[in-house]
Amino acid sequence: MSAGSLSGLGSVASTQALRERARAIVGRGETMLDGAGFGSQAERALQQAWRDEPGLLGFLKTTDHKRIGRRFVCTAFVFFVAAGILAAVMRMQLAFPDNHIVGPDLYNQLFTMHGTTMMFIFAVPIMQGMAVYLVPLLVGTRNTAFPRMTACAYWLFLFGALSLWTGFALNAGADAGWFAYVPLAGPQYGVGKREDIWNNLINLSEAMGLMVAVDLLTVILKMRAPGMSLRRMPIFVWASLVTSLMIIFAMPSVMLAANLAQFDRTFGTHFFNPAEGGDVLIWQHLFWFFGHPEVYFIFLPGLAFVSSIIPTFARRPMFGHDAVVLSLIATGFLSFGLWVHHMFATNLPEVGKGFFTAMSLTIAIPTAVQIFCWIATLWTGRINLRTPLLFVLGFFFILVLGGLTGIMVGSVPFDLQVHDSYFVVAHLHYVLLGGAVFPLFGAFFYWFPKFTGRMLDEHLGRWQFWLFFVGFNVAFFPMHLLGLAGMPRRIYTYGAETGWGTLNLVATIGAAVIALSVLLFIVNVVHAWFKGPRADDNPWNASSLEWATPSPPPAFNFVALPVVASREPLWTREEDEPTHVSGLSAQTREGLVTTVLDAVPDVRYSYPDPSIWPFIAAITVVVWLFWSNMTETGMFYGLIPPAIAFVAWYWPTRKETVEQLLLERKP
Amino acid sequence: MIGGVHDVQMPGGAQAQAIVGLWHWLLPICVLVFVAVMIALGLALWRAPRASNDTAPDIASLSKREPKVTRVVIVAVAVSTLLLLVLLAVSVMTDRALAQLPLENALHIELTGYQWWWEARYDDPDPSRMFTTANELHVPVGRPVIVTLVGADVIHSFWVPSLAGKKDLIPGRDTTVSFRADRAGVYRGQCAEFCGYQHAKMALFVIADAPDDYARWADRQRAPAAEPSSDEARRGRDLFLARSCAMCHAINGTSAQARHAPDLTHVASRMTLGAGALENTSSNREAWILDPQQFKPGTNMPPQNIAPQDLAALSAYLASLQ
Amino acid sequence: MTVAPGRRARRRRESTPASIPAVRRGDALDVAGLPSYGFGTRSLMWWGTAGMSTIETMGFVLMIVVYFDLKSRSLVWPNEGHAPDLFWGTVNLALALLSVVPNIFADQAAKDHDVRKVRLWMIAFVVFGLALLGVRYLEFEHLNVRWDASAYGSAVWVLFGLHTFNLITNYLDSVVVAAVMFKEPIDGKRLVDVAENSGYWWFIVLSWIPIYAVIYWGPRF
Repeated sequence: MSAGSLSGLGSVASTQALRERARAIVGRGETMLDGAGFGSQAERALQQAWRDEPGLLGFLKTTDHKRIGRRFVCTAFVFFVAAGILAAVMRMQLAFPDNHIVGPDLYNQLFTMHGTTMMFIFAVPIMQGMAVYLVPLLVGTRNTAFPRMTACAYWLFLFGALSLWTGFALNAGADAGWFAYVPLAGPQYGVGKREDIWNNLINLSEAMGLMVAVDLLTVILKMRAPGMSLRRMPIFVWASLVTSLMIIFAMPSVMLAANLAQFDRTFGTHFFNPAEGGDVLIWQHLFWFFGHPEVYFIFLPGLAFVSSIIPTFARRPMFGHDAVVLSLIATGFLSFGLWVHHMFATNLPEVGKGFFTAMSLTIAIPTAVQIFCWIATLWTGRINLRTPLLFVLGFFFILVLGGLTGIMVGSVPFDLQVHDSYFVVAHLHYVLLGGAVFPLFGAFFYWFPKFTGRMLDEHLGRWQFWLFFVGFNVAFFPMHLLGLAGMPRRIYTYGAETGWGTLNLVATIGAAVIALSVLLFIVNVVHAWFKGPRADDNPWNASSLEWATPSPPPAFNFVALPVVASREPLWTREEDEPTHVSGLSAQTREGLVTTVLDAVPDVRYSYPDPSIWPFIAAITVVVWLFWSNMTETGMFYGLIPPAIAFVAWYWPTRKETVEQLLLERKP
Repeated sequence: MIGGVHDVQMPGGAQAQAIVGLWHWLLPICVLVFVAVMIALGLALWRAPRASNDTAPDIASLSKREPKVTRVVIVAVAVSTLLLLVLLAVSVMTDRALAQLPLENALHIELTGYQWWWEARYDDPDPSRMFTTANELHVPVGRPVIVTLVGADVIHSFWVPSLAGKKDLIPGRDTTVSFRADRAGVYRGQCAEFCGYQHAKMALFVIADAPDDYARWADRQRAPAAEPSSDEARRGRDLFLARSCAMCHAINGTSAQARHAPDLTHVASRMTLGAGALENTSSNREAWILDPQQFKPGTNMPPQNIAPQDLAALSAYLASLQ
Repeated sequence: MTVAPGRRARRRRESTPASIPAVRRGDALDVAGLPSYGFGTRSLMWWGTAGMSTIETMGFVLMIVVYFDLKSRSLVWPNEGHAPDLFWGTVNLALALLSVVPNIFADQAAKDHDVRKVRLWMIAFVVFGLALLGVRYLEFEHLNVRWDASAYGSAVWVLFGLHTFNLITNYLDSVVVAAVMFKEPIDGKRLVDVAENSGYWWFIVLSWIPIYAVIYWGPRF
């Protein structure tokens, strides 16, 4: 039965007549319900109900979390490569003293664009994108809770990223550092449109982050498979939950800061102008109150990738699963109490700074708990040393080293020496690449079969890993020594008399090796996409729900939503427990809402249909932002198109209403 | 050759020394932990049996506890926590040591950070003994120095690694940093907070002299500019005062009293030009005057359209400003 | 609280089948009898709204922190400008507190599935809201400082503006939700939207209380 039977209700006018007609159809058994397996009529009905329109329109209107998640991941990766190229240029400039490849203006744009792109356009979005793809599969549902909102978030993110890079291409690239300290980024010293574009990027990328966080939060708490109590939830889902909560509390801080800075620039306010009572340091407080949790938005999903990969390749459940979950939660909380450690060199009271040292050291403890649990899992397991695990091993080496230098810089007196020097550049790259990018590559190798239905090449994977591992250490370890030797950050050149030349050259060679490894990855992906061996549902024989459906999953994820009875659903078979859900409509986009703690089935939910309005709304918002940079009236009149777009987005269509009524039962 | 010690691990004064003491705790403990974790990981990998994708998973732990492994993990976490406490204690003690630098008879300097140079005003209870210089500080060995840090335009940071930890110069938030040089020598510092185009070339030199040498230097700095001895130098001075130089630079003892750029009263006595951009020689001074942008692009001083003989005269005058 | 339902409402309640919890059928857990919408935390919109409210609360809290940081660094506060006139601000506070009344009734009518009452109270609310917006405009006129006069002026305008932005968007939200209640046929999900909208309005009103205190009384202490 196709969804065509519902369109017959289109011409009926009154509610009552509608009901009677709908009941007649249901009574004839024409409404197909799910619960049967693949190959059934229900599957065909689901395919019909969940398919996107073909072509560009379908592309723009889709609400499929997998398509949107893939978009985030691919776009973010493209910008990762772009920002990496900028870094390569910087390394070439710094390879020799008094070098002339790049002048100060371009160099300042390069490191600002590198940092801004990596932090705002690559790292957080790619982690969120992976979560958008994986979380509904991991919790056993059909889509995220607010798919249109996440679709809109992607377009906001894309337009923000494009606007930043267009500015760069037009010699209006942001140039005040990725952290845009005032007064350098303010109206007096931040001349031109450069920092306006940066402020807009913050608004757009953080709006994206917040929208995705609310969506993920809701799907995790309310749409898990029946039986998936919080204790049975996979670690990656816990990490997404904690990260989403952190995002909700932290991102408003940087959005507020960027808007206050923009008001100073456009409307003449005095938030950061000491001459009129403003305070330069508020920027730093607001920025770092966001900025420190931000590195954990990036780090926690990385840790969760590790927690997903290790059990699969050690062939046993995670040792200390509960401890690992509690550690993630503790890290999330503690991360809000560290931000002043970025401000140790300012004139804040010394007593206060000491508190932040204590907190900065404390946050190492939950990470240590996780490290020891992972080692225990490996110790008591049976090791399948495939490429995902190889990247996890690389993560151990690099992240632990980075975490230890983090403890060093957490101490105020020591930080007063190495703050804003290359020691910190080394530290941050060790923790970010070690703690997030290595696990991310591991995750790519792990989940590529699920995303695409093909396996990546192991051989190329190993080459990539070793090149990346060696290249990374050659590039970044010397930077510890450079920092101790007095080399500050963000300098476009240095004199030969400083003696920094040799180590800089070594670092540049390492950077070249890293570039080679990334190239290998791209080759691997392209080749596997077209010619890689096909993957079945569960090539790694893993235990979580995303492996219970074909690779790649159909648009509706599962023909029948699973019911779980243990923490490792694919590794256990509980006798006498239900295995799947039945009774949801297969002819409409229907899903299940469950309770927060124990995932008891509670309410049936009709997912919104694909729509062009999220895309249009995103465009109107971007236009509003740029218009309000130029004039005050732009700030007001520019709100009218978004208002119209959002109303059209919400406005219920006849089809949606009829479907609701057809399936309606009151609570 | 422009020299100067600039290494965290080569302290020349009490503050930097205290921090090196902390480093001597941080480094060994962190290396120990790193090696221990890597060994544990290596052992785990080495002794665990191999598996393949198809090896059946071992789900015993879902129903049974693992007391031995739990104990080991708890001990490992406890040891880590203990080591963190030790590091916290050492950090706190170092903080106190830094705060307890004796400050009697301190030398007071007010250091103002501009894009991209440093202005240093040596304070004195007797205002007639105050003097101003730029980009190069001399301090007496063994005597504490209290530097008041003023941010004039954007945020800069005062960092001389071999003498002390850094402190930011934040507009609207004046603050101080204290240090004491215990060994004579040249200490190189550099602005450590990104401040725009020429952040890279905003060096600062702190020269620690024996007390007598310092006193001699200070007396010379207090004195107004020497009267030029040659005709060429006198012509140079007239050129200086007539051209735009005097609109930004001050030379005590003349009518040039502007403070938009480094004070040049004793410019020839300094090691470098342009805050460490160039060695301070006669030919470099001439090249700088002709086009500062080629050495420090973006610096606030514009190129000068000046005839060669005028340049020579100006140079002779500047050379006399010892 | 039961309200005598109108004829159409009664017929609606009778004709919509009641729900039953999930039922085990062999290997399957059958959920066909579950309700297709729910109020409060049973609704996804509640969670989305809670998330948005938290985000906006953080924005307000941080802006208030900014205000007090700037105040603490000034010898005189307002450092330039005068305190806002108390009259219109206090009128607005009273109006805001009163505005919860039509909201509470609309919320209850939604949960009672009384479409007619929902329409009535939503219209009442929309009209009331217009008065609120009008008074808000007058408040702007009586702030007694420009945003570019001083840090004080900037802080007051932005704190005020943040709440006003939320007020306007929430009001427009309510207008749309009200309009949709007139578009036949009405499904249960729209009643949930009415309930969620009124919940969100509580956030607007409750957040106004501390912001009012900071803006109007901050410069007086």
